[in-house]
Amino acid sequence: MNPPPNGEFWADGASALGHTRQAGVDLTHGVIVYLEDVVVSFDGFKALNGLSMNIDVGELRCVIGPNGAGKTTMMDVITGKTRPDSGSCFFGQTLDLTRMSEAQIAQAGIGRKFQKPTVFEQLTVFENLELALNTDKRVRKSLFARLDGAARRKIAETLDLIRLAPMADRTAGQLSHGQKQWLEIGMLLVQEPKLLLLDEPVAGMTDEETERTAELFKSLAGKHSLVVVEHDMAFVRELGGKVTVLHEGSVLVEGDMASVQNDRRVIEVYLGR
Amino acid sequence: MAEMRTPLTFRILAVMPRAGWFAMGLFALLTLVLMPVLHLTLPPEHPLHVSTYVITLMGKILCYAIVAVAMDLVWGYTGILSLGHGVFFALGGYAFGMYLMRQIGRDGVYQSDLPDFMVFLDWKELPWYWTGTDSFLWALFLVLTIPAGVAYLFGYFAFRSRIRGVYFSIITQAMTLAFMLLFFRNETGFGGNNGFTDFKRILGYDITAPQTRVTLFALSVLMLMLTLLLARYLVTSKYGRVLQAIRDAESRVMFLGYNPFHYKLSIWTLSALLCAIAGALYVPQVGIINPSEMSPANSIEMAIWVAVGGRGTLIGPVIGAFLVNLSKSYFTVAFPDYWLFFLGALFVIVTLWLPDGLVGLSKRLRRGEG
Repeated sequence: MNPPPNGEFWADGASALGHTRQAGVDLTHGVIVYLEDVVVSFDGFKALNGLSMNIDVGELRCVIGPNGAGKTTMMDVITGKTRPDSGSCFFGQTLDLTRMSEAQIAQAGIGRKFQKPTVFEQLTVFENLELALNTDKRVRKSLFARLDGAARRKIAETLDLIRLAPMADRTAGQLSHGQKQWLEIGMLLVQEPKLLLLDEPVAGMTDEETERTAELFKSLAGKHSLVVVEHDMAFVRELGGKVTVLHEGSVLVEGDMASVQNDRRVIEVYLGR
Repeated sequence: MAEMRTPLTFRILAVMPRAGWFAMGLFALLTLVLMPVLHLTLPPEHPLHVSTYVITLMGKILCYAIVAVAMDLVWGYTGILSLGHGVFFALGGYAFGMYLMRQIGRDGVYQSDLPDFMVFLDWKELPWYWTGTDSFLWALFLVLTIPAGVAYLFGYFAFRSRIRGVYFSIITQAMTLAFMLLFFRNETGFGGNNGFTDFKRILGYDITAPQTRVTLFALSVLMLMLTLLLARYLVTSKYGRVLQAIRDAESRVMFLGYNPFHYKLSIWTLSALLCAIAGALYVPQVGIINPSEMSPANSIEMAIWVAVGGRGTLIGPVIGAFLVNLSKSYFTVAFPDYWLFFLGALFVIVTLWLPDGLVGLSKRLRRGEG
């Protein structure tokens, strides 16, 4: 029941980095996401104000910042939900995310977990994972799709990993808040994305669940790139990656947790000036 | 991938559990054998005789049941509430009605080659879009393409603009109203507010003959069973699970890499196609089609059938269609002034206390007892 060491399970065979359906992403320069001078405004309010940041391949990045700093909007821009007014947003060297639909971006290899756990409540836990599997998502294929052995195995392994195997046939609506969070993370994993965007993944989780989540994320880094938005500072420290502090729509400070916590500007932003 | 090579018959059988096939067999026996035999062989005074009234009424409701199942596919399973499905039903009816009008030949009041209403309007020849409607196959082609084509175009623009929820419902109401106003006009060439009626023949057979009636009735039964089987296959396939996922959390579906647009558009168009076929079966049985079929209230009634029976189940809409329409035919005779009040009360009751309709109620009762 423990997460596999180093996340090897996710890297078996042709999955993870070498997956054929994600061959379109050019990662030769070691950077998976480029955000350059991105501006998004809603009715004059600049949710993102010249945001520039790069995420490296295999990196585990935490993004923090006070409410309204633009964390969720940044994820919306990367996943195609919001179109920036100006600036550029690239996935690898070649894919212009500002010109792709949500579904295309997901197929290219970006998975997203929402702030509020979003699962298909009327479907069973198993079916939730089935729909998330990295398969052909077109109507024609869905009409005649059958689960093969490898897919079933993959779902079973994920169910073990997210500790929902006994609940596989229950509807997702019956799960607790923390379990829904885990199910959504499981859905993200079977999707085999190259980049995972996780918006407050441990909100509503017990301490034990939070700890296990941190372990899982750390095991995924390297094979995947992760961007975690979180308010729980203990969790961010536990993850131990580079930290980006957003403030009023742009990057305030970037660095490791210790240096960020001692930065005067960060303290000012969080404690008021 | 050995499962892919399962013989087709097994895959069809696997669509339903045994109880489902049993129920369907029973239904087929009752409607395809018993009722026709009792109608055709027994004299009218015999107590077991099934009257023409019953055959026609049941045939009509069977068509409504097909509409209800089609409606449920988009509403119950995909979460798209259409309040304009009456349009697709009526367009199917009109398309087939054109053929029935041509079959009248010179037996109309004016003994002309043109349909009576065109003579009345002093038209000298058929409008271009009536070309070929004397052919049964062409009429069938129109039934299968025009309503579905309208639905495709409407859905294409509505879904592409990501119109959802109540906004979508309101636009479908506007669509059905617009079509009704269009068909009310004499210049449109579909008989204005009188529509099409006085049909005489279908494929050369007398349309009022008992054998013809029974044949149309049986075809409606077969079409309903086919619709149910197709719907059952769809909702138990991965495609159906994606539809339900769209209903529950559309944005999550998108971020999993599915494009909901294609899923919504395909089920929407299929639903309209099924309604059109139901409309084409309906018109020869009731003997009339006019623009009132496109009135906004009609489409709302269709939603009520589904709500009463139970959204998101397949048997629910059939039960709902039968129950509401049987009580309608009783009420409109016994208390003609109160039907709309009854219908309104029914809708309020279902909305307040039976969110999953009668099927949901029976499930709850069974669970409570067990």
